[in-house]
Amino acid sequence: MLPGSADLAAIWLTLKLASLTTVILLIVGTPIALWLSRTRSWLKGPIGAVVALPLVLPPTVIGFYLLLLLGPNGAMGQLTQSLGLGTLTFSFTGLVIGSVLYSLPFVVQPLQNAFAAIGPRPLEVAATLRAGPWDTFFSVILPLARPGFITGAILGFAHTVGEFGVVLMIGGNIPEKTRVVSTQIYNHVESMEYAQAHWLAGAMLVFSFVVLLALYSSGKARSAWSGA
Amino acid sequence: MSVRIEARLKVNYAEFALDVDLDLPGRGVTALYGHSGSGKTTCLRCIAGLEKAADGYIRVNGEVWQDSANHVFLPPHKRPLGYVFQEASLFPHLDVEGNLRFGLKRIAEGDRRITLQQATSLLGIDHLLSRAPDKLSGGERQRVGIARALLTSPRLLLMDEPLAALDAQRKSEILPYLERLHDELDIPLIYVSHAQDEVARLADHLVLLSDGKALASGPIGETLARLDLPLAMGDDAGVVIEGSVLAYDAAYQLITVQLPRSQLSIRVSHSALAPGKPLRFKVQARDVSLSLQPDAQSSILNRLPVTVIEEIAADNTAHVLVRLDADGSPLLARITRYSRDQLQLAAGQRLWAQIKSVALLA
Repeated sequence: MLPGSADLAAIWLTLKLASLTTVILLIVGTPIALWLSRTRSWLKGPIGAVVALPLVLPPTVIGFYLLLLLGPNGAMGQLTQSLGLGTLTFSFTGLVIGSVLYSLPFVVQPLQNAFAAIGPRPLEVAATLRAGPWDTFFSVILPLARPGFITGAILGFAHTVGEFGVVLMIGGNIPEKTRVVSTQIYNHVESMEYAQAHWLAGAMLVFSFVVLLALYSSGKARSAWSGA
Repeated sequence: MSVRIEARLKVNYAEFALDVDLDLPGRGVTALYGHSGSGKTTCLRCIAGLEKAADGYIRVNGEVWQDSANHVFLPPHKRPLGYVFQEASLFPHLDVEGNLRFGLKRIAEGDRRITLQQATSLLGIDHLLSRAPDKLSGGERQRVGIARALLTSPRLLLMDEPLAALDAQRKSEILPYLERLHDELDIPLIYVSHAQDEVARLADHLVLLSDGKALASGPIGETLARLDLPLAMGDDAGVVIEGSVLAYDAAYQLITVQLPRSQLSIRVSHSALAPGKPLRFKVQARDVSLSLQPDAQSSILNRLPVTVIEEIAADNTAHVLVRLDADGSPLLARITRYSRDQLQLAAGQRLWAQIKSVALLA
C-alpha cells in the first residue's frame, strides 16, 4: 500500500520542523559556540556540559522536564499564559523548542571546533587592518568557519528529523500539528500497518544514509565535526 | 604636533613583567632589540592595542592611544597603524589581491596615501595578485603581509620579527624591500628583532630590552658602541657607522667612504656608487687591532688614528674591549689582555686602529 495523505503530512511537518530548528540553532548556536571557543571563564566547563547533555540523556528525560517547564504549572507555561499565548505543550512551537534543545550539541560542537581552529591570529590581523568586531565576524570568522557551519547544519537537521522521544513527550501525536515521521511510523506499527511503516522507515533509512555519506565524503566538514 | 612616540607601559603577568618608559623618534626605524622573553613583542603588542597594558600611556605623534589614568583605550582597529606579524598570517580564504584590499577598502578614500599599484611594485608582488596564499613562498607571503599593512596608510608601522621565520636566503630577499620602505616612505617603523645584523642594517634608533626593562634607548651608532650594555659582550660586538661615499677607484674597485662629520675615510671593495650616497657599515670589535705606529708594512687597508676612551673586561678573561674615538665616530676593539699590557693602554692615549674587515650594510 502506498503512503497516504497522513504520511505525506507527517513528512511535510518533519521537514518544516527540521528546517526551522536548524535555522534557529545556527543563530542561537553561533554565539554560544563562539563564546565557548574563546572564553577562559570557569563557566566554560559547566556551560559546555549543559550544551552536551542531550548527547547522553534519554530523550524522554528532556521531554519530561520540558513538559513540566512548558506546561500550565511550569515557569514558561505561566509566562506564555500570562501573555495570552496559552501553553506550548502539544503544539508545533513546543516541538520546535524541544528540538532546538535536543539538537543543540550537534550544531554547537562543530561550530565550536571550527571557531577554535581559526585561532586568535586572523582576528588580530583583521583588527590591525581596521576591521571592527562585527566586521571581523562577517569578513573573517564566517568564511573561515564555513565547513563547521555546513557540518552543524547537516547534523542539526538530520538529528531533528530522527527525534522521537522528545516529540512524543511534549508534542504528543496530533495529526498535522505534532505528528512527525518517526511518530507516524510508531502509529503504523501500533495499528499493524507494516506496509506503510515500511515506506516511511525505508525513506528515513535512505535519507539518513545519504546525509551521512555526504558528510563523511567531504573531508573539510568531517574534520570540523571531529575537531581534527 | 610633536613628532614622537611615547610609550609608558607596565604589564604584570604571572611569569613576566614589563616596565618601560620609551620616548622614540617619530620618524625612521626604531629597533626593539633583545633576547626572546625580553618583552619586545609584548611592548609592540601593547602599542598596537592587541594587548592591554594594565598601566599604560601611549601617544603617537600627538595622538593619545592609551591613557589608563583617564580610562582611554583605543581598540586596535581604531589605531592608524600597520602591523606585520612574524608569520605573514595572510587570510587563507582570500587571494593575494583580496588580502591587500582587506585593509585598503576600510580606509576612506581621502585618507589613502598609497595605491594598490604603488604597494605591489614597492614590494615586487605585482605578478602574485591572483595567487592563493598557500601557493606563495615564505618570502612572498611576508612581502604581501607588509604590502597589506602599508595599504592601510598607517601613521605608524609595527613589525614583529618579520624575518625570523625565514631562512637566510629569504631574509636577504626581503631586507632590500625593507630598506626601500625606510628610504622611500615617510612612515615611522618600530621593528622588533633579536638578530643584530638586521638591526644594524635597518635601524636608526635602538632600544635594548632585557627582562622587561629598557636598558638603553638611543641612536644606533652610539648605543651599539656603549660598553656598559650586554651588546658589547659576545662575538658580535661592534659598531655601525653611517658614512657617505666619497670616491670610487675603478682600477682597484674600491670605494672610499667618509666618516660622518670627519676627514677620515675607509676604503672597501665594492662596485661603483654615486658620490654622496649615504652608506652604512659595520666594524666588528674582533676585526679591530691596535698599534702604536701607523704601520704601512701590512696588507691591512684601513688604518685610522684614534683616541682611547675606556676599556672594560670582555666576556672572557683573556680579552678586553676598548672603546675608541675616531674623530667623532665610535669604534670598538677586542684585544687580548696581554696586548693591552704591552701597549700600556690608558684613556686619552692616541694610537692607530687597524681594521681587518668592514661589512657594508646595504
